[in-house]
Amino acid sequence: MKQKIPPLYQGTVTKYVFVESYKTTPDDLTSRAYEVSEKVMIKETCFGLQITGEESEVERAIAHIREVDPSHIFVKDRGFPPGDPRRCRANLGGARPGYFGHEFEMGVVKWISRGIEEVSSSKPDSSLPAPSPSTPEETPFLDLQKLKQIIDAEVP
Amino acid sequence: MPRCHNVAKVFIYPATSLILSDLVARFGHKPLGTALSIRERIQTAGLDSPPLQMTPDDAKRGLRWAAVEVPSGVRGRMSLFGPLIDEAEAAVIVKHADFAFGCMGCARTDELVEFLIKQKKVPTLEVEYPSDEETGIAFVRNIKEFLQNLEVSHE
Repeated sequence: MKQKIPPLYQGTVTKYVFVESYKTTPDDLTSRAYEVSEKVMIKETCFGLQITGEESEVERAIAHIREVDPSHIFVKDRGFPPGDPRRCRANLGGARPGYFGHEFEMGVVKWISRGIEEVSSSKPDSSLPAPSPSTPEETPFLDLQKLKQIIDAEVP
Repeated sequence: MPRCHNVAKVFIYPATSLILSDLVARFGHKPLGTALSIRERIQTAGLDSPPLQMTPDDAKRGLRWAAVEVPSGVRGRMSLFGPLIDEAEAAVIVKHADFAFGCMGCARTDELVEFLIKQKKVPTLEVEYPSDEETGIAFVRNIKEFLQNLEVSHE
């Protein structure tokens, strides 16, 4: 039987807060978010938080928690609210699909954090690595070592 | 922190990128990613219960951005990206992103999105994901300078 589910949390926004830091944990952020949370729903996860509510309230909570560790906290929009029966693994009977992009990006985010620290510091721009003029149009060839890694990863 | 300026709508690609979404918002602009399209769909009541994030109608809506002979997978994806591109006042694109690699639907959509952005002639920044600390600093600096120099005209 098809379950009838109305649109959930209409008029709200949901944001992911990712933290990749040696000194801040998702638990720290949760406590911090609860300090200013009014009318927002906060869900703590292994990587950070999900905050759902009216946009202005969510932004206020995020601005407050960003102060904890500005260069190591990353925020993005999420389409689905937490616990949505179509995405939540509690209803799907197994691991939730997705997160491949996040998994990849969390691998490079440490260099982004370093970049944010450097760019936000008062150092003159001339002391920082120069921005690259443009990216090559041609798609680079797949590195042989990388191909080998992909093959090895596929073999059980 | 961003200087006092108009907020531009900046299309990001890969449209689910956490890093791009964060940096665009951090430097004072509004990132346009897929989450916005998905949110709009699932919060709008319709015939489907619950409202679906993708319906057969989306392949028809995609006809606005892709020709009829283009596979439905590309047209369906374009129904998510197309309205964002129409709205965009600038774009930040990561070229050759490993995690954007996928089937031909993904690959052709990547090409079509880049083509449409270039055709729109909005300020566009093309970068590549960093591979070490130095390229990480250059990546952030590139994006910061691009976003700070955006001049937005709201008509």
